[in-house]
Amino acid sequence: MLYNKPDPQEVKVLTRRFGLENSASIDTYLATDGYQGFLKAREMTPDDIITEVKTSNLRGRGGAGFPTGMKWGFVPRTSPKPKYIVVNGDESEPGTCKDRLLIENDPHQLLEGMMIAGLAVDAHAGYVYIRGEYRYLIDILDKAIAEAYSRGWLGKNIQGTGFDFDVYTQTGAGAYECGEESALLESLEGKRGVPRIRPPFPAVSGAFQCPTVLNNVETYSAVPSILRDGGAAFASLGTPRNGGTRLFCLSGHINRPGVYELPMGFNLLRMIEEVGGGVWRGKKLKAVIPGGSSCPVLTADECDLAMDYDTLAKAKTMLGSGGVVVMDEDTCMVKAAMRIMRFYAHESCGWCIPCREGTAWLRKLLIRFHDGGGARSDIDLIGDVARNMLGRTFCPLGDAAAMPTISFVEKFRGEFEAHLAGRPCPHEHADHLALV
Amino acid sequence: MSDLVHLTIDGKPIEAPAGTLLIDAVRKYGIEIPAFCYYEGLALQAACRMCLVEVEKMPKLQTACTLPVAEGMVVRTETPVVADARKAMLELVLTNHPLDCPVCDKGGECELQDMTFRYGAGEGRFNETKQHIDEKQWSPVVFFDRPRCILCYRCVRICNEGMGVAALGIANRAVTSEIIPNEADHLNCDECGMCIDVCPVGALTSGPYRYKTRPWEMDHIATICAHCADGCKTTLGVRNNSIIRANNRDHSGLNGDFLCVKGRFAFDYGASQERLQTPLARVDGKLEPISWTRALKTIAAKFGEVRQRGGAFGVIGSNHTTNEENYYLQKFARQGLGTNNIDHHRTGDVITLIDALAGKGGQLATVEDIYNAPAVVVLGCDLSHQHPMLAYQLRANVRHHQAQIYPITPGPVREDNQATRSLRVDKGGEVEALGSLAAELKQAGGVVILYGDPVKGDAVRKLVDFGESLGVPVKYVALVDYSNSRGAIEMGLTPELLPGMTPSNTGGMRIGQMLASTDLDVLWVVGANPLKNRAALAGKPFLVVQDLFRTETAEQADIVLPAGSAYEKNGTVTNVCGQVQMLKKGIGAMGTKTDLDIFALLAKEMKLDLGPATPDALLAEIRTTVKGYDVVLAVLATGGAAMTGVNGPVAIDVPVDAIHSANDTMYTSGSISRYSKALTSLMEYPGELYSGKSK
Amino acid sequence: MTFSPELEAKFDKLMKSYPPGRLRSALVPMLLFGQDELGSITPELIDEIVNRIGVTRLQVQEVLSYYSMLHTKPLGRHHVQVCTNISCLLRGGDKLWDHVCERTGLKNKEVSADGQVSIEEVECIGACSWAPAVQVNYDFHHNVTREELDRLLDGLEKKQ
Ligand SMILES: Cc1cc2nc3c(=O)[nH]c(=O)nc-3n(C[C@H](O)[C@H](O)[C@H](O)COP(=O)(O)O)c2cc1C
Ligand code: SF4
Ligand code: SF4
Ligand code: SF4
Ligand code: FES
Ligand code: FES
Repeated sequence: MLYNKPDPQEVKVLTRRFGLENSASIDTYLATDGYQGFLKAREMTPDDIITEVKTSNLRGRGGAGFPTGMKWGFVPRTSPKPKYIVVNGDESEPGTCKDRLLIENDPHQLLEGMMIAGLAVDAHAGYVYIRGEYRYLIDILDKAIAEAYSRGWLGKNIQGTGFDFDVYTQTGAGAYECGEESALLESLEGKRGVPRIRPPFPAVSGAFQCPTVLNNVETYSAVPSILRDGGAAFASLGTPRNGGTRLFCLSGHINRPGVYELPMGFNLLRMIEEVGGGVWRGKKLKAVIPGGSSCPVLTADECDLAMDYDTLAKAKTMLGSGGVVVMDEDTCMVKAAMRIMRFYAHESCGWCIPCREGTAWLRKLLIRFHDGGGARSDIDLIGDVARNMLGRTFCPLGDAAAMPTISFVEKFRGEFEAHLAGRPCPHEHADHLALV
Repeated sequence: MSDLVHLTIDGKPIEAPAGTLLIDAVRKYGIEIPAFCYYEGLALQAACRMCLVEVEKMPKLQTACTLPVAEGMVVRTETPVVADARKAMLELVLTNHPLDCPVCDKGGECELQDMTFRYGAGEGRFNETKQHIDEKQWSPVVFFDRPRCILCYRCVRICNEGMGVAALGIANRAVTSEIIPNEADHLNCDECGMCIDVCPVGALTSGPYRYKTRPWEMDHIATICAHCADGCKTTLGVRNNSIIRANNRDHSGLNGDFLCVKGRFAFDYGASQERLQTPLARVDGKLEPISWTRALKTIAAKFGEVRQRGGAFGVIGSNHTTNEENYYLQKFARQGLGTNNIDHHRTGDVITLIDALAGKGGQLATVEDIYNAPAVVVLGCDLSHQHPMLAYQLRANVRHHQAQIYPITPGPVREDNQATRSLRVDKGGEVEALGSLAAELKQAGGVVILYGDPVKGDAVRKLVDFGESLGVPVKYVALVDYSNSRGAIEMGLTPELLPGMTPSNTGGMRIGQMLASTDLDVLWVVGANPLKNRAALAGKPFLVVQDLFRTETAEQADIVLPAGSAYEKNGTVTNVCGQVQMLKKGIGAMGTKTDLDIFALLAKEMKLDLGPATPDALLAEIRTTVKGYDVVLAVLATGGAAMTGVNGPVAIDVPVDAIHSANDTMYTSGSISRYSKALTSLMEYPGELYSGKSK
Repeated sequence: MTFSPELEAKFDKLMKSYPPGRLRSALVPMLLFGQDELGSITPELIDEIVNRIGVTRLQVQEVLSYYSMLHTKPLGRHHVQVCTNISCLLRGGDKLWDHVCERTGLKNKEVSADGQVSIEEVECIGACSWAPAVQVNYDFHHNVTREELDRLLDGLEKKQ
C-alpha cells in the first residue's frame, strides 16, 4: 500500500513496483523482470558480482554509507565456515520509514538482493531481522518466502542453477540499538541487544560467529536492478561516488510529507519545495535534520545542498538513513533537542559509561531546561556533556546522541538563552516525563 | 604468539609479545592505564571507557583494554585529551553514584575513589536528582547496593566464566540497567564471594565483613587457607586479635584472585563460642578444666610410665597440622615413645603414584600445570566441590587455552559444562573407562590426570601404565582432602613410611587397628576426630586429644589440650600437588597452644631430646634431611609455592582399604565446618557431590 | 503448557530456523509471539521456553527486561501506542498523547480497570512521513487527528 502520492520528480528504481496491483506477489514480481538479476548473477563469478556492485557506487542505506561492494569483498569467501546474509530491517531511526515500504510493497526484490549477495560470498542462508513493531511485515515477508520456495526461487537447487538458499525472518522486540549491526547479531542469537567489540567485523565474524554480509533493506533492494541493468547505469543516476537513487522520508512541517525515491545528490531545498510542496501553512523554514535524528541539524541557510553522503559530510552532517525532518519557524529547538535526547536516553543499551550516563544526564538537564528551570551555565554544560561523550562511547549510539545535541546548542544558542530561568519555552510549555 | 613487537609509549620504546593487549603490555614498564571493566583473565568488555589512549594514525581515542599491540604503534597515555577523557568518564559515572565515601563500606580501598582522586575533576556539575534504590541482601554473604554499581560487569563475568555458576546477570537497559541475581530477589549460588572480591566499588559487599572496620585499621597477614588441600593463599584482615575477613589481596600465589566460600568466609571457626580455652581432664567421668601445667605433667607422667614398662602407644596425627608439627610428632612417637604405631586419616593414594612413577621425575603436576595442560582428565572426584581452586584453574585453562577436559565420575559435575566429553561410571570403573579416550588424549599432546579416592592401589598403577602408553607428556595429581594431607604422608605419619616416603620396614598399627585394639595403653590423637562416626574405642587406653573443640573424640578423652588453629601458627604445609607454602600466624587464641608448642613442652617435661622445636629450626631440618623437601627457603619466605621432589620407589604394600575421602562439599570441611558460623549459615543446603549443582 | 496450534506452528518453525546448537536464537521471537497470545510473559511461558531451547531463567530475565515491547504484566486488550518522537512531535504527537491520557484517565503504561485499554508513549514507530502516528496493538494509524483518535478510542470501547 502507498501512504502518500508519488511525485513526478521521482526516479523509480527500487519503488518501480509500488502501486502495482498485488505488488508483493511473486507473479507480479516475475512479470516485471523479477529474479532476472539473480539469474544473471548466477552466470557470473563472485568477483564479477562484487565488481558490478562496486561499479554501481551503491553505499549502505542504513546510515553509515559504507560502499556495499567493498563490504562484500571483505568476506573471506573461502572460509570453511558457513556464511550468512543478514538484513537489517530494524528501521528505528526517528524520521525513517522507508524499509517498511520496501518490504510491504516489494518483498521479492529484497529476497533477490539477498540471494545475489549469497552468490557473491558463497552464503546459503539469510536472516531478515525486522523490528517487533513491524509485525505485519513479517507476515508479508513470510508469505513471500513461502511463495518463493513453492515456485523454486528459494531452497535447494534454485531454478535448476544448483544454488541453494534459505531465508528466515527474525523479529526484534523494541530496541533501537538492535539496528546497530553487532547488537542486531546479538539479538539474533537470543541475547540482549548489546554491541560486540570490533574488530572482528561481521564480514569476518558475524551471525553465529561466521562470516556475514549485513546490509540495510534498501541496500539489498537496490542490488537486483544493479545486476539486471548493470552497475554503471545505477551509478549514473547519482553523483560521483554516490550511486543511484535513494528513498527519502520527508516528514515534519511540510505540505506533502512522504517517502520519495530521488536521485542521490538531489538538492535539499528543491526536495522540500518541489517534492514536499514547501513548508506548511506558508511558514518559513527554520531547520532540517537531513538524515534521521542522529544527524546534526542544518539551519535554513545551510540547506542549499546536494543530498549525497560526501556533500553532507562536508557540511558536517550526514545523509544517514534518509529521514529528512523539516522544521518551520515556530519550532522550539530546545524542545526538539530535548525530545531527541529522551529518545537516546531510552534507547541506550546501557553498556558503556559515557552513553548510559551521558544520555541520562542530558535528558534530565534538557527537560529541566526546557521547562524553564535552566541556568545560563547549563547551556554550555549541555554542549560539554555531549562533547564528553562524543567519540568515546562503545558504539555509535553515543555519537548519535551527542552530535545533534551539539549542533542544536551551537546553531540555536539564542533559543536556549530565551529559555532561561523565569522564561519557559516561548513556544509553549511542555512537560514530558513519561518515557524512561 | 611469542613474536615480539616494538612500539612507543609516551615516547619510550617498549616491546611485548604480539597479541598482548596494550593495557597489559605497558604495565611491565610501570605505566598504569586506568581501568574499571578490564579484569585480567576475563572476557573483554570495553564498557567503562576509562582506558582510552591516543594512538597515532587512529582518529578516535582507543581502548587500551581491547587493543592488541602492533609493530610501530605510537601510543600516548598522558596527553591533555586523554586526561580530559578520563575526567569526563569519572564525572559521568559519578552522576548516579552516591558521593558519600566516608560512610561507604568500600571507602579506603575503592577503585573509583582512587581514580577520582587521581584523574577526577574537583567539582561535580550534576544538578539533577540521583536515582535512589534501596540496598538488597541477596544471600547470607552477598549484599548489593545498586546506586554504587558502576556496571563494570566484573561480577557477572567472574561468576559466569570464573566460577562456572552464572548466578548474576544484567537486567533492563540504559540508565536503569542493573545487576540481578538468578532467583529474582536472592542468589542460588556457591556463595564464594568472588563477585564481592572483584567489585571495584562498594556495590557488592560481604555480609560478615561489611561495616565492621576500615581497611586501614586492620593488619594484613598473608597465609594459607586452612581448609581443603588446594593451598590457596589468603590475606587475613586482623584487628584486635580477631580475623575480620579473608581475601587474596595481592592476587599472588597459586590461586591468584581466587578463594572459595570456605577460604573467604570460614576463617571464623577459631572464634567459635565452643572453642576450648583451657585443658580438660576427666574427673569422676566428666571433663573438668585443669591448668596447662597439671595437664602436661599428667600426660608426661603417664607417657613416661608407659614407656618405662614397655607399654603400647598409639599416635594419630592430623591432616591440618604443619609439616614441622607432623615431622616433630613422628619423631616424638618413634624416638621419644619408641612406637611405630602412628597414622592419620588417609584420603587419597599418593604413595602408589610415587612408586609407580619411580625414576621418571617431573610427572607430578603443579597447579600451574592444571592451568596450562592441553588436556585434563578428572577421575572420581567432584572437582568444583572438593577442589574448588583446581576447578577454577581448570575453567581458566579452558577459557584461555581451549583445553580439552574429561570428567570421569559417578554423577554429574560442573566440569561437564566445559567438557569435551564426560563419562559416567560407577566408582572403581574410572581407569577402565579412560581407555576409550586414548586417541583423543594422544592427539592433545599433553595430559594432566587428577584422580580421587576411588582410584587406588592397582588402579593407580594401571592409570600410570595408561598414561605412559600415550607417548605424550602426562602428569598426575593424587587428590587428597585437607590442607596438609600431603604433608602428613610425607612427614612420616604412617607406620609404613618415615619422612620423605622412606620405608620404615617396621610394623606398626594403622588407625583402624588402633581404634579396635584392646592392648593400647596410650592413644594420642592430634588434630583428628577418628571417633566422629564410630562407637567408643574397643580398649581403654589413656586418651590424650589435642584439638580446638570438644569433638566426638575429645569427649572420650582423659585429657584434652586446647590447640591453635592454622591461622594461629607459623610453619609450612604441602598442597594437593606437592607444593609447599608458608603459614603466617595471624592471631593468637586465648588459653591455647600450638600443637608444636604442646609437643615441645611435653618433650621437655619428659626430658626427651628431640632437637629444637621451633618452626624455623624444624623447617631447616626438614629441608636438609627429608627427601624431596630441599625446597628454596627464599621462595617460601616471599610467599611463593615450592614444588617438592619426593620420588620413588616406595617399596611397601599400600593399605588401600584405609584410603577414604571424607567427601566434603564446598560447604563442609571435616569436623571444622560445624564451628564456622559462616558455613553453618549457608548450611541449609550443604551441597551434594555428583549433583552438578552448588547446593 | 499448551499453546494454540498457530503458536505451536510458529515455535516449531523457529526451532528449525537456526544452525545446530543455536536454539537460543529463538528466544526473542518466542517471548514476543508467546506474549501476543497470552497477553504477557507469564512464568509458565518462561518455563516452557527454558525447557524448549535450553536457556536459563536468568538469561530469559536478562533478555526480556531489555526489550521494550516485552512485558511480564498484562497490557490492555487494546494497547494504544502514541508516538511523540521528533517527526510526530512536529505534527502534534505530543498533543495526541496528552489527549489519550485525558480521555482514558490513564498514565503511561497503565491498564484500564477492565483490562481493555492500556496506553503507552512510544518512540518512533516508522511512520514519520505520515505523522502523527498511533499503533493499536500491531495496527498502524497514520496522520491521526484528535477527532480520528476519539473515533478510534470509541471503536475500541465498542469492541469490548
Ligand atoms: C544506534 C544505531 C542504530 C542503527 N539502526 C539501524 C537501522 O535501524 N537500520 C539499519 O539498516 N542500520 C542501522 N544502523 C546501521 C548499522 O549498524 C549498519 O551500519 C547497517 O545496517 C549496515 O548496512 P548498510 O551498509 O547497508 O547501511 C544503526 C547504527 C547504529 C549505531
Ligand atoms: S554507546 Fe555504549 S551504552 Fe550506548 S548504546 Fe552504544 S554501547 Fe550501549
Ligand atoms: S558468591 Fe560466588 S557463586 Fe555466588 S554470585 Fe558471587 S561469584 Fe557467583
Ligand atoms: S556490582 Fe560491582 S562488580 Fe558488579 S557490575 Fe557493579 S560495580 Fe561492577
Ligand atoms: S578498561 Fe578499557 S573500557 Fe573499561
Ligand atoms: S517519529 Fe513518530 S513515527 Fe517516526
